[in-house]
Amino acid sequence: MPQNEHIEQHQRRHGHKPDHWEVQRKKEARVHKNRSKMAQKLFGLKAKLYNKKRYTEKVQMKKTMKMHEQKNTEEKNDDAIPGGAVPVYLLDREGMSRAKILSNTIKQKRKEKAGKWAVPVPKVKALTEDQMFTIVRSGKRKKKVWKRMINKVSFVGENFTRKPPKYERFIRPMALRFKKAHVTHPELKATFQLPIIGVKKNPQSHMYTTLGVITKGSVIEVNVSDLGLVTPTGKVVWGKYAQVTNNPELDGCINAVLLV
Amino acid sequence: MSKRKIDDVDTTNESSSKENTLGSEVTPSVIEQETKYFVELVKGDGSSDKVGGTLEVDAHFELKQLNELLNSEHFLNNDQQLPYSFFVNDVEIKDNIRDTLMKSIQDQLTPQAAKKLKQKEKGLNFVSTQDAPLRITFFPQALFRVRPVTRCTASLPGHSEAILSVSFSPDGTSVASGSGDATVRLWDLNTEMPQHTLQGHTHWVLCVQWSPDGKKVASGGKDNIVKVWWASNGKKTGKALKGHKKWVTGLAWEPFHADSSCRRLASCSKDETIRIWDVSLSKCEFTLSGHSKGVTSVKWGGDGTIYSCAQDLTVRLWNVDSKSCTKILHGHAHWVNHMTMSTEYILRKGAFDHECVPLEDDKLEERRVEAKARYDDVLGKNPVRLVTCSDDHTLILWEPAVSDKPIARMTGHQGIVNHVLFSPDGRMVASASFDKSIKVWDARNGKFMMTLRGHVGPVYQVSWSGDSRLLVSGSKDSTAKVWDLSNGRLMCDLPGHYDEVFSVDWSPDGQRVGSGGKDRVLKIWRQ
Repeated sequence: MPQNEHIEQHQRRHGHKPDHWEVQRKKEARVHKNRSKMAQKLFGLKAKLYNKKRYTEKVQMKKTMKMHEQKNTEEKNDDAIPGGAVPVYLLDREGMSRAKILSNTIKQKRKEKAGKWAVPVPKVKALTEDQMFTIVRSGKRKKKVWKRMINKVSFVGENFTRKPPKYERFIRPMALRFKKAHVTHPELKATFQLPIIGVKKNPQSHMYTTLGVITKGSVIEVNVSDLGLVTPTGKVVWGKYAQVTNNPELDGCINAVLLV
Repeated sequence: MSKRKIDDVDTTNESSSKENTLGSEVTPSVIEQETKYFVELVKGDGSSDKVGGTLEVDAHFELKQLNELLNSEHFLNNDQQLPYSFFVNDVEIKDNIRDTLMKSIQDQLTPQAAKKLKQKEKGLNFVSTQDAPLRITFFPQALFRVRPVTRCTASLPGHSEAILSVSFSPDGTSVASGSGDATVRLWDLNTEMPQHTLQGHTHWVLCVQWSPDGKKVASGGKDNIVKVWWASNGKKTGKALKGHKKWVTGLAWEPFHADSSCRRLASCSKDETIRIWDVSLSKCEFTLSGHSKGVTSVKWGGDGTIYSCAQDLTVRLWNVDSKSCTKILHGHAHWVNHMTMSTEYILRKGAFDHECVPLEDDKLEERRVEAKARYDDVLGKNPVRLVTCSDDHTLILWEPAVSDKPIARMTGHQGIVNHVLFSPDGRMVASASFDKSIKVWDARNGKFMMTLRGHVGPVYQVSWSGDSRLLVSGSKDSTAKVWDLSNGRLMCDLPGHYDEVFSVDWSPDGQRVGSGGKDRVLKIWRQ
């Protein structure tokens, strides 16, 4: 036995004083008084250290309280019947193809009716012409300045044929042309790589829409025939609109959210 | 009819032995030249009894004339003209005998064999049907005709979650729907209004089954409980039937002709067991265990056998009296998803025939005897047949009473086969698959008959009309479709659901089709 543990040994042998637990309780009840006295008395570096320690303690306490609260709410939810009911023959097939399933629930329908023009990115920052274009000088003395090269990502359709390069006013660089986009279905939380059909609207300007420039907030049409979407009459849907959520020219890819 | 000549000499024994040689001796050109055939008419109910004598008929004898002939005093001597369908070498006669015979022979021949035969024909003199009479098999058709449903007469909202199962009562007066909102609802069909809401389950109601006397409804849920309700007032008949450890996947009542009080109910569950319940005492009579994975379907046969299929790839037969497993059928290579038996429709209708006369309590015994007679009539001399469908994209036809080896394996689907159903007359089987198609098979030999294409999503369920001439299917593509089996074409499309159609059912009286799905609306379709 270590030399300094004689108090503990005594307690093991003879037990506590009769009023031990009472004293302890009262002492514990006084703790907050002592703490506040301490906090008022301390100054300088010691106060700083003490306050920091108290702060972390309090944060920890709040966290644990919050954890307990969450547990309570979960228990309440146990009685509720979970949604998303499936028939018995699909019970063991959950998750197999559900990620690919896109269906038009009533909720989705209503949302479509109510907020047809509510889009994930409602506002875009205006881009100036010199952010959009680089001026390309042409002519023998390089004094003609009517050519523009587009700095942003663009979509060029399959059947596009170039004008003679000499007369081409807008150059859409090959390296910034895209054919596919990563489209997320907001309700499924699943992402698919889908071919782009066209640019529906570029919010910056009508001209960019016709040029097929894709910037953040542009609405593009994508080919969703892979997803197996159907209309209420049982026809397969193949084109749907999606809004671009990233800056494709900076990221090197197009991320978009399907507008349902 | 003046051409008819009844042969006095009975050739039953001879002809049955010659039946098989017929195909090999007759060649297309000879048949084409012949103007008259000797034919005999044979019952198609498995007994192969010959009806009447052998007679000589014109080669261009048509279906209508054949029908008249069979109904006449020389053969069946029917008072009324009843409809029959005729088969030569398993090919149905649609126009006249000769064309059908030609077609059947051409179907049997491979291209090479046909070529050889042509060369041979020139120098040979062939034996024709005059030596062995042509066997024409006939089957009775349904006396009534169900008119196809075309329009939606009612969209019944009420459920607050997806409808998972729809079932018409055997007398066709009301329909029950089980839903993901943990309720069963009964709907009155005359007014097309809600009748009762049966609350009591605490989780999704997965399956609903009417008792064959139409007085009780059993429902099984994901809360592992089976509940039985009175259809008349929507009250529980007794306590909840608790015992399963996992969700209930299927229910089957004891056939009406075995017990007219409908006391016993079988339920199968994901927990690998089948439980037999006594409904009036609200307790479990016994448990059948043996499957090693979740049981997917259970059927109560007419002769006291319970059939079950499971995800452990097997089909098992259980004897109710000895409470033991009598046979295990192996054959599938993946989960067995669903099962159907040839007498399923008649057992479902139980106490009711196609006229649906209401059942009175003092006539129970009388009706039981009638039901027994109807059951025996449908079954004929054939043993009960089973068709199972599986995740391995195939179906298997079994005759479990005869052999535990499959009769035929039906291949052709390119996806999981989810649902399979015998036609009410037991001559065809329809299978619904996730490859977006429905296939129809001959239930006698498992031969492929036709594919019904038109859905653009997986097909979940099919249901036959009472006369076996029409079929309705529900699919994930949010439509139901009605198919005409006489030509294998889409008869009409039933659009209107906003989402997947999980369950379809054709009422036993043939008047209505009910469909329910993820859009929470029960739709009733009528002619």
